[in-house]
Amino acid sequence: MHLHRFHGGLELPGHKAESTGQPLLPLGIPHRLHVPLAQHIGAPAVPLCAPGDSVLKGQRIAQAEDYIGAHVHAPTSGRVVEIAEHPVPHPSGLNALCIVLEPDGHDQWTDQGLEPWTDWRQRDPRELRERVRDAGIVGMGGAAFPTSVKLNPRPGKRIHTLVVNGAECEPYISCDDTLMRHYPEAVLEGVRIVAHLLDAERVLFAVEDNKPAAFQALTQALPEDERDRIRLISIPSVYPTGGERQLIRVLTGLEVPSSGLPADLGIVCQNPGTLKAVRDAVVRGRPLISRIVTVTGPGVREPRNVEALIGTPFADLATAAGGYAPGVDRLVMGGPMMGFAIADDAVPVIKGTNCLLATRPQDTPSPGPLMPCIRCGECTRVCPANLLPQQMYWFAKARNFDSIQDYGLFDCIECGCCALVCPSNIPLVQYYRFAKNEIWAREKDRQKADLARERFEYRKLRQEQEEAEKAARLARKKAALEKPAPAGEKKAAIEAALDRARAKKAAQASETPIESPDPSDR
Amino acid sequence: MRFPTRTSPHVVPGHSVGGVMRQVLYALVPGTLAMTWFFGWGVLVNVTLAILFAAGFEALMVALRRRPVLDTLSDSSAILAGWLFALAIPPLAPFWVLLVGVMFAIVVAKHLYGGLGYNPFNPAMVGYVVVLVSFPREISLWPAPQSLLDSNSLGLLQTLQISLTGRLPDGVEWDAITRASPLDLMRDGLVAGQTVDEITRNPIFGSFSETGWEWTGNLFLLGGLWLLYRRVISWHIPVSMLLTLATVAGLFWVIDPGQFASPAFHVFSGAAIIGAFFIATDPVSAATTPLGRVLFGAGIGLLTYVIRTWGGYPDGVAFAVLLMNMVAPTLDHYTRPRIFGHSDNRHG
Repeated sequence: MHLHRFHGGLELPGHKAESTGQPLLPLGIPHRLHVPLAQHIGAPAVPLCAPGDSVLKGQRIAQAEDYIGAHVHAPTSGRVVEIAEHPVPHPSGLNALCIVLEPDGHDQWTDQGLEPWTDWRQRDPRELRERVRDAGIVGMGGAAFPTSVKLNPRPGKRIHTLVVNGAECEPYISCDDTLMRHYPEAVLEGVRIVAHLLDAERVLFAVEDNKPAAFQALTQALPEDERDRIRLISIPSVYPTGGERQLIRVLTGLEVPSSGLPADLGIVCQNPGTLKAVRDAVVRGRPLISRIVTVTGPGVREPRNVEALIGTPFADLATAAGGYAPGVDRLVMGGPMMGFAIADDAVPVIKGTNCLLATRPQDTPSPGPLMPCIRCGECTRVCPANLLPQQMYWFAKARNFDSIQDYGLFDCIECGCCALVCPSNIPLVQYYRFAKNEIWAREKDRQKADLARERFEYRKLRQEQEEAEKAARLARKKAALEKPAPAGEKKAAIEAALDRARAKKAAQASETPIESPDPSDR
Repeated sequence: MRFPTRTSPHVVPGHSVGGVMRQVLYALVPGTLAMTWFFGWGVLVNVTLAILFAAGFEALMVALRRRPVLDTLSDSSAILAGWLFALAIPPLAPFWVLLVGVMFAIVVAKHLYGGLGYNPFNPAMVGYVVVLVSFPREISLWPAPQSLLDSNSLGLLQTLQISLTGRLPDGVEWDAITRASPLDLMRDGLVAGQTVDEITRNPIFGSFSETGWEWTGNLFLLGGLWLLYRRVISWHIPVSMLLTLATVAGLFWVIDPGQFASPAFHVFSGAAIIGAFFIATDPVSAATTPLGRVLFGAGIGLLTYVIRTWGGYPDGVAFAVLLMNMVAPTLDHYTRPRIFGHSDNRHG
């Protein structure tokens, strides 16, 4: 198959062998599980349990209310201790709501779980998508976007190609490699289910050429007669080939339009871990409650891959990898390029946790003093989105948010190539994140201001209407007064008016102090 | 257990500004040694003095601006500017020419505009042009090329004495030790109505230009190719500058070989090679987009030819570089690459 290339990128040392030497280790049930309500892109799930409740393994304990969201299931049986804010793996370092579960040790499955479907070929796409949503599956390559949404392309978008992203291009991470080596049949079964769901004609399964064992395992697991439809493709190891848009470019030569989605090209892209989770949900009726995590880096003694329950603290993972090496001073969730540093190893494994990287000062030395940009253009050379990172840096610094968008800020995938090659040690990606957040914040402010203006205009309109009505009423009254009314009627009307005034006075006297009217007068 | 948090990427940093600058310095060594061999100790004396002056002015300016002096000096950018400036100055020029030029390069062209990374003009060329227009006599006296082994070449001490006092040792005359450069000869000859053939019949001409200049150029070319190989510079500027210079020269040469010098003469004379690889590639003052760099280099090549052929100076690289520095931001603006996933290159 003819492969294409994208602009820029870097050939980085892989550091995969460190963690692939040891067999996959299933971790036991930890002492306590912290299961965050927001492990995905979208609104946080809403708890279905309360402190003190007993829950069974696989039971849904939090519910996605929005279309873009994912349910959360109990990773094991036990008692809900509390639902409270705890540290979670998030770049902000802020705490977030977690269901804290104390396992009872029985690891007992719920009997009201999902029914295994061996007849999935007879199910229609809607049913299968519902199952994916019921199982709480999100993209397991790290982005954690709800999979049921991704498998539901907008009407009119016909999907002809399923791309399986087994690139795993970031250094150190080997969880997909491990998955493909250990469960090639399950991954391929997931491929078939999703291809059936999408009614896709062909599957392009890409694996970077630094994972020959995984490629071999998949080749052996794939029957001859399927190889036309499901094509295993070995692709060059260039960071960031694993970016969805970059991978599609490599495989097809097509570029996903800037503001569009792969579905616009008739393509859906999935990670092998996600496909295995889909298969487990459909064929075995298992929700997503565990995942493979690479625990690696020179900061742990015996790097390896573990299969951990969602909610397992990072500290347990480090212990499973032989404990911390002396001098460890950095803990990163994700890879060295796009991962973010974690402040506390009490944070739990979530659905998007692919790797835990621990390093010592000598592995990630401080980059030296920040120097001025010398406009060397190395960042431009390596940018996989073909941007001008250096110009964008000046615009971000000058808070020139119009120009920076004009230069393609939102086409930046934050891969970090520019920051890595910058001789001046400028944390370029941070500048772009800053600019994006400022722009989003301003957008929000603008929406607020628009809303306020609408309210104000509505109020003015209402007041004008009231004025008009009042004038009309007065006019009617005047007209009525000018008409001579029968005497008795008039007297009765005066009496009634006097009664009303007295009643009003009494009411006012009883309700002291009189509150001033709300100045905003909504 | 708690950990400090730092920003990505979490890897060993690969490059540094100082590292980049030092690689350029290493690449200058062979060409500088060749120049010394052919033009005498004055080359080394000039380079040394210019580096000392540059470091001194840099330290002074950084201290005045209340920035860390040692950190800034260690980026080696001032040393590089001083060195490049010195290579443009005749080897027997008095020290104060260097002092004035380096002062303008470092103090005015670099620090008054905000220091490293902020100077719109190439500092070394600003310094050179200032002394070129201010001290034409001192700048035009190039020694005749001869190897250091020649019996009548000046020794290191004699050279130092000339540099510091401006006076020649007894019994040595300026006319005896200096000679017009090939570019001067070509220019003066053509102005006087000679043909290119007649001019190049002069015994100082080698295969393309003068032997000493040719060898110096070859070794600077070697250093430049090494920089390309090390990816310190990209191919765009040197290739497009030399190609444009050769193409334009070739065009006129084909039309009238009697009145216009050959492309090879232009490429291997004067500052073309060192300018293409070491001066025009100064990233701070050059264009930065790939296409912008190609146009930037082409502009320098074209202007160099125009100034050499019809202008008032025998060589034009310095003026061409400064003129193109002026348009570099505009080139960058109009040569933005097409962004991934966009159909045109105008909007992000």
